Amino acid sequence: MARPTASSASGIIGWLDQRIPVVDFWNTHVGQYYAPKNFNLWYYFGSLSLLMLVNQIVTGIFLTMHYSPTEEGAFASVEYIMRDVPFGWIIRYMHAAGASFFFIVVYLHMFRGLMYGSYKKPRELIWVLGVMIFLALMAEAFLGYVLPWGQMSFWGAQVIVSLFGAVPYIGQDLVQLIQGDYLPSGATISRFFALHVIAMPLAILLLVVLHLGALHEVGSNNPDGVDIKAKKDSNGKPLDGIPFHPYYTVKDLFGAGFFLCIFAFVVFFQPTFGGLFLEHDNFIEANPLVTPALIKPVWYFTPYYAMLRAVPDKLLGVMVMGGATLILFALPWLDRSPVKSIRYRGFWSKVLLFTFTASFLILGYLGSQAGTDTTTLISRICTVIYFGFFAALPFVSAWDQPKPVPDRVTMHD
Amino acid sequence: MIKLNVQFAAVLTWAAAALGLSSSAPVNAAGAVCLPFGGDVQVNATDVPTLQRGAKLYFNYCSSCHSLQYMRYGRLAQDLQLSEEDLMKNLVFTDAKAGDFVTISMPKGGRGNPPGSQEWFGVTPPDLSLVARSRGVDWIYNYLNAYYPDPSRPIGWNNLTFPNSSMPNPLWELQGIQEQVAHAHAGEAKAADAHVDCTPAAFKKVSDGSRTAQQFDTDTRDLTSFLEYVGEPAIIKRETYGVWAILYLSLLTMLFWLLKNEYWKDIH
Repeated sequence: MARPTASSASGIIGWLDQRIPVVDFWNTHVGQYYAPKNFNLWYYFGSLSLLMLVNQIVTGIFLTMHYSPTEEGAFASVEYIMRDVPFGWIIRYMHAAGASFFFIVVYLHMFRGLMYGSYKKPRELIWVLGVMIFLALMAEAFLGYVLPWGQMSFWGAQVIVSLFGAVPYIGQDLVQLIQGDYLPSGATISRFFALHVIAMPLAILLLVVLHLGALHEVGSNNPDGVDIKAKKDSNGKPLDGIPFHPYYTVKDLFGAGFFLCIFAFVVFFQPTFGGLFLEHDNFIEANPLVTPALIKPVWYFTPYYAMLRAVPDKLLGVMVMGGATLILFALPWLDRSPVKSIRYRGFWSKVLLFTFTASFLILGYLGSQAGTDTTTLISRICTVIYFGFFAALPFVSAWDQPKPVPDRVTMHD
Repeated sequence: MIKLNVQFAAVLTWAAAALGLSSSAPVNAAGAVCLPFGGDVQVNATDVPTLQRGAKLYFNYCSSCHSLQYMRYGRLAQDLQLSEEDLMKNLVFTDAKAGDFVTISMPKGGRGNPPGSQEWFGVTPPDLSLVARSRGVDWIYNYLNAYYPDPSRPIGWNNLTFPNSSMPNPLWELQGIQEQVAHAHAGEAKAADAHVDCTPAAFKKVSDGSRTAQQFDTDTRDLTSFLEYVGEPAIIKRETYGVWAILYLSLLTMLFWLLKNEYWKDIH
């Protein structure tokens, strides 16, 4: 029996719709999904994150066809891809630079959420799922970074996996369980490969579906933080909302095109990005007997790495580093401001967000450099500021006098 | 929107500054690297005649000790616009086939093996497939130009860019011999010293080689260009492809922009 809502669509769509709710699904999530009409530049990064996820999966599929997850074959198979596989170099550069671009858009997407209070009620779950995606993405990136089995792959794995050794009582067993050996080795490569190409991508895809599902249930926030569902027309459609399709599909297409121009520039003209996206030391095959002069993670991990190094005690350092990511989960409940968007918050809220962002960027820089006494001191100060943001937020957000929020969204262009 | 763009630009500037500051040249184990002949060496890894000259030098002066284990002879012929026959006849002095990798026949030696490079040089000469990737072209060019005699070294040579290198100057016949000016007594001013003169003035030519200074400079640039190509054979066509890719994407983006404006003209 057809559902009461089943459309009168004919043809293939009609046939399908009588058997699975394609029309309903399309309308809920695209055709009749009303998004605020005042999205600005910052609102491109959600769809761009999705684009990079697709890029990583598609290029990753082709890489797995030629990569060899063994201690003897890993490094050589990457060079084989770069040299002998037709267009292999494009695929590999797109995947490697893609990881960096994925983090660039995800960080900007998260900063957007911070600025406009997108995590605030009723969107707490969207934020929580987003942080889970961020964590899964960091795990995915780390696992993938080990696979080319260069010097920095090996020593990065050695440093990061050994952090689990700081866990009391079971630490050393945990390290061996993760590595499958006493040192990163062939056993590590094969299990990291399995996790990188199957386990983590599945988890990320599921989380992304949930992230979008939760978003479409409560609707998108906007730069004004105004609830567009509060003002509806006679048909019950939000006055300040426009259907996602065609308005945001065409707008995001433009955003994707522009972004891909930049991406293509890096892939074809600066594929290693001066050693930042593909590091010099990772063009030397892993050698457990030679330690590189400076072991550092790729740029997107350096803020957390700086926090780890800022703490003299290993276990405490690991806790600080882990805490720095986990504390993001608490954000929706730490912010007590009556307004969402930074546009209508008081002066001190802006100062708070600015210092937080600055400390994060400084930590990112310091984490990529060799440590000295001065950098350690600055790292400590910035780590305190980083956590200070979360400690101060409940108070500043409650005390700071907000500006009046308009009834309707504002258009700036 | 303008205000936001300013914010956005500020964040991008921050990010760019952070990226710029943290990207750095490869550094050797000693920390700072001495590059007496500059840190911005101009090479041309996409110019076929340059690569042909570089390959000739490589196979005459380097390839008996240093393999290019990820490079196939056939690929070299293709990219250097030589016939496989010509390449095998003129550049390959072993019985290798065109599909083979550029390997060496020198035994490695070491414990339990017949004597080899371990015993003769103290170290196995490294494979150079990816040296331009890990060390960078600046390093290679400087290294090739920074040799000087040093009686305190077992091999009789030392190098400012790579102090205590185990390799004797392979190109001395071409370059002639240059002494280190500050090197009054053997072992006194080691290249790793912070105070060592790290400019071209650190060297004084004491005997001429078969090439003039300018010719030798070209030789080492050719060799460096060749190694950069070997590190990434795709470099030959990468940027050409890139121009087309970006041209295509720009046109597509322009179309999307027009499409977006068409749909959005009623939204106020």
